[in-house]
Amino acid sequence: MAGTLAEKVWDAHIVRRGTDGAPDLLYIDLHLVHEVTSPQAFEGLRLAGRPVRRPDLTIATEDHNTPTLDIDRPIADLTSRTQIQTLRNNAAEFGVRLHSLGDADQGIVHQVGPQLGLTMPGLTVVCGDSHTSTHGAFGALAFGIGTSEVEHVLATQTLPLAPFKTMAITVDGTLPPGTTSKDIILAIIAKIGTGGGQGYVLEYRGEAIRALSMEARMTICNMSIEAGARAGMIAPDETTFEYLKGRPHAPEGADWDAAVDYWRTLRSDDDAVFDAEVVLEASDLEPFVTWGTNPGQGLPLSARVPVPAEIADENERVAAERALEYMGLEPGTPLRDIPVDTVFIGSCTNGRIEDLRSVAKVVQGRRKAESVRVLVVPSSARVRLQAEAEGLDKIFLDFGAEWRNAGCSMCLGMNPDQLAPGERSASTSNRNFEGRQGKGGRTHLVSPLVAAATAIRGTLSSVADLGADVVPPDGSPLTDVRGDLQHA
Amino acid sequence: MEKFSQHTGVGVPLRRSNVDTDQIIPAVYLKRVTRTGFEDALFAAWRGDPEFILNQDAYKAGSVLVAGPDFGTGSSREHAVWALKDYGFRAVLSARFADIFRGNSGKQGLLAAQLAQEDIELIWKVLETVPGTEVTVDLAAKLVHCADVTVPFQVDDYTRWRLMEGLDDIGLTLQHEAEITAFEASREAWRPRTLPAKHLPPVEIVAARPVVRTGDDALV
Ligand code: SF4
Repeated sequence: MAGTLAEKVWDAHIVRRGTDGAPDLLYIDLHLVHEVTSPQAFEGLRLAGRPVRRPDLTIATEDHNTPTLDIDRPIADLTSRTQIQTLRNNAAEFGVRLHSLGDADQGIVHQVGPQLGLTMPGLTVVCGDSHTSTHGAFGALAFGIGTSEVEHVLATQTLPLAPFKTMAITVDGTLPPGTTSKDIILAIIAKIGTGGGQGYVLEYRGEAIRALSMEARMTICNMSIEAGARAGMIAPDETTFEYLKGRPHAPEGADWDAAVDYWRTLRSDDDAVFDAEVVLEASDLEPFVTWGTNPGQGLPLSARVPVPAEIADENERVAAERALEYMGLEPGTPLRDIPVDTVFIGSCTNGRIEDLRSVAKVVQGRRKAESVRVLVVPSSARVRLQAEAEGLDKIFLDFGAEWRNAGCSMCLGMNPDQLAPGERSASTSNRNFEGRQGKGGRTHLVSPLVAAATAIRGTLSSVADLGADVVPPDGSPLTDVRGDLQHA
Repeated sequence: MEKFSQHTGVGVPLRRSNVDTDQIIPAVYLKRVTRTGFEDALFAAWRGDPEFILNQDAYKAGSVLVAGPDFGTGSSREHAVWALKDYGFRAVLSARFADIFRGNSGKQGLLAAQLAQEDIELIWKVLETVPGTEVTVDLAAKLVHCADVTVPFQVDDYTRWRLMEGLDDIGLTLQHEAEITAFEASREAWRPRTLPAKHLPPVEIVAARPVVRTGDDALV
């Protein structure tokens, strides 16, 4: 029978099919662990006297709490320090591989998997973190789980899972200059809403998606969760294989050939039926920014802050009113006129080498706006090393930005990188919820290019506003997707 | 997980509806790294009030919570169930539970029993008239007894079976361990393993230092 990509991966992992409405039991190929959602899971194992079933399919890293300055000194915040110390103890006790602060492979869990070549097409990947959907960019079925599920996977390497629905999101055409995959996903979320993907695994397809680099694809899949989806996927192709080949854990020799043969079958059949379909035209896109307090409250940069009174739907109107009040925005203000205090470039959405390169291209030889603080936080220590090998750190420092160590940082402000109450940011991360980047902080989600232009002008801006040569969009020949291997 | 077939303990009438998980356990307690010892966190915002039901001697040792409708709404935190269990509750009775809360309860051996609201009212009356009255929850018969009140409750068959067998999720899955092992034997060689670890050569990571700011730049 014809199947979708997601169904094919699912079917290949059924240990035991559920009967009478009971869930299927699925095998998990790769379990990523970090310090926030794992302590109670390990404690549960300890209380029940259970081991980790497959330490060799498990890997841990420190990311959510790690400081991005002074990483060689003790962590000041007690909670952060306890969580990290607990992870270290648990990893040692249960024999789990851990990349700690100061290790070259430490970084955001969703960067570490791909960069080590552990994330591959056709895998099931889980992590106690909702942005696990990132790994779907490789054609893996990847989703976030809760702490008790983390314990379940540690103990059994399986998960009982209820079936999902499938949604095809086709993005035709070519991205205009100055737009990126971040604009694609923000436009999709604005279109289908933050609950539009509920119960679905989204499959992104079409010409515009095929043209994207792996990094850019990860950005899209990363934010599937912001549309409420269970997961997001993109069928693997030459771009995927090229990214993987030669990475530390990529298959070699005959295994590589067998894998690629299989991976080529991982695409939705032409006559596969999706439960829902959405179509988007890439060439219509402009740089997108959010104005509100959920990722669905976004508009093209050329638009104005919405006027709630003009919103017909009562719930949406009330939500918009509340969001504008929190954001401190006047209805009708052109989005381009909104001044920001901080620009944050980083996170598992847009903290990769390609993102740093595109920012560097825009800011090279310029100086940031005086009133703006600019934080550049690579998604992993390797990405940082790579950027330094390419001289990007100098460009950022000359620009007036701060060049930090790797971690989640201001994406969620569990470490000292936070917004002050009322402070406004343009952020390349994925959530603009109230208080997400610090109590009372106001977040506008943007692409790396918009972040760079905003840092220069001090108000939300696109690179076109700089009146300079326009930077090539994602997937252009100028982006070297293999870059982060080069310093080896 | 302990088997649950029948439980008798002091009933605690909680005359509030829409008790969300933030009220059951406030977010500040989520930073802990343990999964036990949350008894002090249960209903933390209300515990300071001497009038609060759990601060009254007769109810202090309660183990059956009789709550208003829509219990356990809001964030999906599993800590809500941990806190109730750590305090000593074995069952919560309500006319309506939030789905996620009910799911989390079943997984962790806390019975979420659904009663008609008028039956909840009957039990409240008994518990308030004679504080300290015991409630018996009979899972086998799906009945609640409290003084002269005997009323039925609902719980789905799957959850009931799990509670009576004392099976947690992991225990259930491990019943199929042979199938898991067989599946593992069939996995292809190309699928990745994290161990033995392979990586690029280690490189020293230099710590970033705070930026010293001057003049107009001094923003933070
Ligand atoms: S960078 Fe942000 S979204 Fe990504 S894992 Fe860290 S906290 Fe979560």
